[in-house]
Amino acid sequence: MEFSHILFLGLAALAVVAAFNVILQRNPIYSAIGLIVVLCSLAALFLTLSAQFIAAMQIIVYAGAIMVLFVFVIMLLNVRAEETRMDKQKYLKWLAAPLFLALLAEVMAVVRYVNLTPQPLPSANGGVNPQEVLGTVENIAFGMFTDYLIPFEAASILILMAIVGSMLLARREKKEDVERIEKALVAQQEEEQKYEEEVAA
Amino acid sequence: MVPLSWYLALSAVLFTIGVIGVLIQRNVISLFMCVELMLNAVNISLIAFSRLHANVTGQLFVFIVMAVAAAEAAVGLAIIIALFRSRETLNVDEADLLKL
Repeated sequence: MEFSHILFLGLAALAVVAAFNVILQRNPIYSAIGLIVVLCSLAALFLTLSAQFIAAMQIIVYAGAIMVLFVFVIMLLNVRAEETRMDKQKYLKWLAAPLFLALLAEVMAVVRYVNLTPQPLPSANGGVNPQEVLGTVENIAFGMFTDYLIPFEAASILILMAIVGSMLLARREKKEDVERIEKALVAQQEEEQKYEEEVAA
Repeated sequence: MVPLSWYLALSAVLFTIGVIGVLIQRNVISLFMCVELMLNAVNISLIAFSRLHANVTGQLFVFIVMAVAAAEAAVGLAIIIALFRSRETLNVDEADLLKL
């Protein structure tokens, strides 16, 4: 057994155990910690598939930004009181195990019949243009700003919409604010009426 | 070199665990984390196929998936906060109407 096999098996086992931890914990903060472990071990697996830039992004964006947001919300809402509630849909748990096996068997059957011999990669040593080496920043940037420029710009619009949407949704409507706005609307209508009367006169 | 079918198998296992999590969890934040788990399982497949063809397209796809996941987390957590304010619960069985 080579070193790379042992590395893969160790990281994969860590990811699977942590994933089970995510779905079996009752307290969401432990689920969040399990998910962070999954994300970090997946980042290490990306490195073995020559996706260096994506591995760094995985750590920075997923484990750094998204999971911090999750943990922040869990802390903010103080979810502990929820744990003792009873489940209404108990039958889903009994559905889960056969579904797990069926879905897994299906995917494994497909994986068996696919031809999976990887293309040789050009060596990164000896004066090769880094743009030609899979997974480098140059390579990804070249693809992103030539062939895939439109999806990139669409993603920026999507993120702008997410910012506006989340601010709108999470805003707390204060009573004074609502009253002030209603007053202003009434005053505006009165002014318009006055103006119309003046024009008519 | 580890065979690529191992990566695809890991991806399948993680995706299935995510689906099961959506079925057995009732807490809306945990459900959301299971969705993130499924997105990540698909990312492994995309990177493995990118390596298979020695082509960067799969990695760009993963990049876009990450952007979508970030946007989804921001909007989804805002919805969860709004839901918690109006219902005082995070159980998805309690939130069965389309309006808050």
